[in-house]
Amino acid sequence: MTAPELAAETTYRDALREAIREAMIEDERVFIMGEDVAEYGGTYAVTKGLYKEFGRDRVRNTPLSEAGFVGAGIGAALGGMLPIVEIMTVNFSLLALDQIVNTAATLRHMSGGQFHIPVVIRMTTGAGRQLAAQHSHSLECWFAHVPGLRVVAPATVTDARWMLKAAMADPDPVIVFEHNGLYNSSGPVLPGPVDLTTAEIRRPGTDLTIVASAGMVSKSLEAAEQLGDRNVSAEVIDLRSLRPLDRATLAKSVEHTSRAVVVDEGWRSVGLSAEIAAGITEDCFYRLDAPVCRVASREVPIPYPRHLEDAAIPQVHDIVAGAMTVMTGSLADV
Amino acid sequence: MALVGLDDSVVKEMYSQMLAARVFSQRLFNLQRQGRAGTNAPVDGNEATIVGAAFALDPERDWVLPQYRELVGLERFGKDVLDRYVLFCIGHPDGGHIPEPVRVWPPQISLATQLPHALGMAWGLKREAEMESRPNESCVLAFIGDGASSEGDFYETGNFAAVLDAPLVILLVNNGWAISTPASSQTRAKTFSEKAKGFGMPGVTVDGTDALAVFDAVKEARTRAIAGAGPSLIEAITYRLAPHTTADDPTRYVPPEELAAARERDPLTVMKSEMERRGLWSEDWEAATLVQADERMEQAVLAAEARPLDPESLFHHVFDELTPRLSRQRQNFGAGR
Ligand SMILES: Cc1ncc(C[n+]2csc(CCOP(=O)(O)OP(=O)(O)O)c2C)c(N)n1
Ligand SMILES: [Mg+2]
Repeated sequence: MTAPELAAETTYRDALREAIREAMIEDERVFIMGEDVAEYGGTYAVTKGLYKEFGRDRVRNTPLSEAGFVGAGIGAALGGMLPIVEIMTVNFSLLALDQIVNTAATLRHMSGGQFHIPVVIRMTTGAGRQLAAQHSHSLECWFAHVPGLRVVAPATVTDARWMLKAAMADPDPVIVFEHNGLYNSSGPVLPGPVDLTTAEIRRPGTDLTIVASAGMVSKSLEAAEQLGDRNVSAEVIDLRSLRPLDRATLAKSVEHTSRAVVVDEGWRSVGLSAEIAAGITEDCFYRLDAPVCRVASREVPIPYPRHLEDAAIPQVHDIVAGAMTVMTGSLADV
Repeated sequence: MALVGLDDSVVKEMYSQMLAARVFSQRLFNLQRQGRAGTNAPVDGNEATIVGAAFALDPERDWVLPQYRELVGLERFGKDVLDRYVLFCIGHPDGGHIPEPVRVWPPQISLATQLPHALGMAWGLKREAEMESRPNESCVLAFIGDGASSEGDFYETGNFAAVLDAPLVILLVNNGWAISTPASSQTRAKTFSEKAKGFGMPGVTVDGTDALAVFDAVKEARTRAIAGAGPSLIEAITYRLAPHTTADDPTRYVPPEELAAARERDPLTVMKSEMERRGLWSEDWEAATLVQADERMEQAVLAAEARPLDPESLFHHVFDELTPRLSRQRQNFGAGR
């Protein structure tokens, strides 16, 4: 069977769907389940049309029971199927945390290698659509903390296409974060494959390394443009994989820039940005010209009004300001 | 229609509130379309269930924990319920705060989480009465959707509430849909109310398009709760007559014949018939009631839009006291902007 043709220019949403379709065509064990994924096509329309093409047994609406259907996905994977489980948002994945953290992540180890769990759990993350705190948090680091899980956050159309494919081929549980601001983004799908481990340099630069992921990548690229106007050449790295972290690519970059800013839509305290900053500090301590700067969300539940929501999460000007503190040696803890 | 000895004046009040609820809700829908409000969930179809329950409760003693469709129909519990809900829908942070002495909680978005809260609260009310050596006179009523009842919180609450004999009424609004998923995909039980049996509490199914039937069932459950005889589950069957929310397009999944049939049993029509039967309805009265509702809503919207919004409200109410980091973030707020 040949892989379905992709339009030269496609959206992030369509790229995800193509990856799912391709896997479903290639292997009958692949099926998808979640809330409103069937006729409706999913809250973010990722599975639109798949129900019609593959039918009810392979595109399955579930009752509103996150713990139940994530657990069932894990069970189906144990039973030899290749399930893709869609959760509406990371906030609602918390109902299934027991299943993900206590079982999906541990069973290979605790069964002495008897079991492995090839499940893919996709979920939306991030703020920016005025959906208030209970739909808008960025809790990627909660999952990235856990041994036994792979955690990825594709930020481009190409990565959406090929990282989801790689996730489905992986024998271990993979958590795929889809930032809600990216679904409508579009671009060409460049040739794959893309693995689940390496970060990617999105923009080369010499003075400063900006590390970002998911929804923060495009903001960081814009910040880098603005920094260019101030004669600061910023390199932008898209992490892509949050577990494992590609420390080698980060270290290589900071070895030649000597400065780093970590941008994270999650909260600052005990967050992803802390792990990355610590890693850079461990790997590049003697090359650093300034402490690593972190630009993260303000430590409040994400508010609902547009301007307050914007104010709560890192914006381009926050990244530029963070970069300038590193350039001028005026970093302060915020 | 249920055979309840309700005064004409009460029936008239209930119908007014039902009409008003739909007016309020339609206005919020339009405000969203005009970019003046965020995503919100229309009430259409749920009016009889909400109002029937509200009138069976005692607003000075009982508590209501809504899901998210109910706040347009609870005027009886205080003017602030609607006023704050409008604030909530336009995105003002004060909208999540319904001031005392109103005994209604704000909408709950994280499905089913209000049920354990309702249970804890009901248990607390009972304990408080015991501690003060007086009979308990309060109950808690929690709304829950057919869809949300598939969450573990529903089962855990049902089980625990019965064990505790908590003065709790669980009002399950079966409006046929959870976004695009029909109730038939949530359960294979013949009715949602028969799940009560497994919890060890009474369960009844009532016609949720009939406010008086809901009134009766809630009244009975309340009496039982306050007598210390424990919780009840009431399933009110109705039909969602509008999109799930302003963000939904139900023509993609709701069978048109089914919707048309449901419109025949529109709760407003059902109650209007009762009004007519009692000789209470006239065209002029209804027109005047709708105008009143419009004016009431207009006032709520204008007040909401005029309410000042402190940009620093971002930092309010995260903790009792700001942590050092939050204090710094607040100090730096606005700098560099
Ligand atoms: C834990 C959780 N999972 C998923 C959602 C997304 N969601 C919001 S409303 C809804 C449907 C709820 O249906 P139902 O309980 O029947 O209430 P109705 O909308 O019909 O009033 C879903 C799935 C959520 N808010 N919370
Ligand atoms: Mg429903």
